[in-house]
Amino acid sequence: MKTDDLITALSRDAKHTGPSVHGRLALAVALGFASAFALMMATLGMRPDVTAASRNMLFDLKILLVATLAIAAVALVRAAARPEAALPKVVLLVPALILMFAIGHEVATQLPAALPRRLVGDKWAVCLVAIPLLGALPLAAILTAMSAAAPRNATLAGALSGLAAGAIAATFYGLHCTDDSPLFVATWYSLAIGMLAAAGAGIGRRVLAW
Amino acid sequence: MRAGLAGDEGAYRRLLRELTPFLRTMARSGLARAGRPTAEAEDIVQDVLIAIHTRRSSWIASEPLVPWIRAILKHKLIDFLRRRGTTGHIDIDTFAEVIAAPAEEPGIATRDVVKLAESLPSGQRAVIRAMFVDGHNTQETASALQMSEGAVRVSLHRGLAGLAKMLRGSI
Repeated sequence: MKTDDLITALSRDAKHTGPSVHGRLALAVALGFASAFALMMATLGMRPDVTAASRNMLFDLKILLVATLAIAAVALVRAAARPEAALPKVVLLVPALILMFAIGHEVATQLPAALPRRLVGDKWAVCLVAIPLLGALPLAAILTAMSAAAPRNATLAGALSGLAAGAIAATFYGLHCTDDSPLFVATWYSLAIGMLAAAGAGIGRRVLAW
Repeated sequence: MRAGLAGDEGAYRRLLRELTPFLRTMARSGLARAGRPTAEAEDIVQDVLIAIHTRRSSWIASEPLVPWIRAILKHKLIDFLRRRGTTGHIDIDTFAEVIAAPAEEPGIATRDVVKLAESLPSGQRAVIRAMFVDGHNTQETASALQMSEGAVRVSLHRGLAGLAKMLRGSI
């Protein structure tokens, strides 16, 4: 077939219906937040002392950390959807600095002997199961929105989708979880979010290639 | 492109036509640099045109179009070369061919899209044939095949994705 005939054929389908990739991503992220919140409330529930906890700086830092990570990851996914855009990696500095500050605070205020127990925490196993489960639907929604995108690197785009889904899930899991130590968050939350990022990378490599 | 997205077939066709020589030059120089025969350029051009079409919702209407097109071409060129295991060896003759390329291009790919479409699933094949061979638009194809226009678009996009895969030689 001549290229010119291909062009003529393609132009017969010129009209584009539906939102842009960024519009679809915004919808997917909103759906992800709503589904993770609803699932958390329906299964785990808010921690009973949430009002008191909100005055606890470590709890606030934990929520702030995962929420800023979610926002940063969504910004990265939005950029990864476009073939010509550079990834704004600098946005990851915000959660990274919050984590460094929180860990510094923890080490400075706790007795060294208490640190290992605070790192292991009470419910690390629940954390490792709950975050991937809460993040599964957001990940599916984000990957579906990304299927119309044109990422330069499908594996990376999938991993970033998993990072965003994991951070969204962790934000709501954090409202249930009573382990507030930054050492706990840095270990178990990272591991759980990393599981979703790895799943996203594996799926993205297959479904986001174009 | 904006007019095309809004459904102006003529404007969209003009845009793709005007882009094609630019795509061809870029594809040829990319192939020549990698020491590949520039006759393969048209396969890349057609793959890029299909990608521009099926991925057009990833272009942000407020952003310039050329960097987006260039990025798509680069992605497709790298993909094409990687699939053929290019060594990076440079052949002087291919440069001569670029320089001596006639102004009027035949614009024929080494793999024929209509022939490749024969190996698509029947629904996609019927839609591709109606639009590419019989020259119907989506509306006419929908009534000819007794499908909804949305279903025609879905089949077309799946078919195009399959064709693009075959064009770049991954099937």
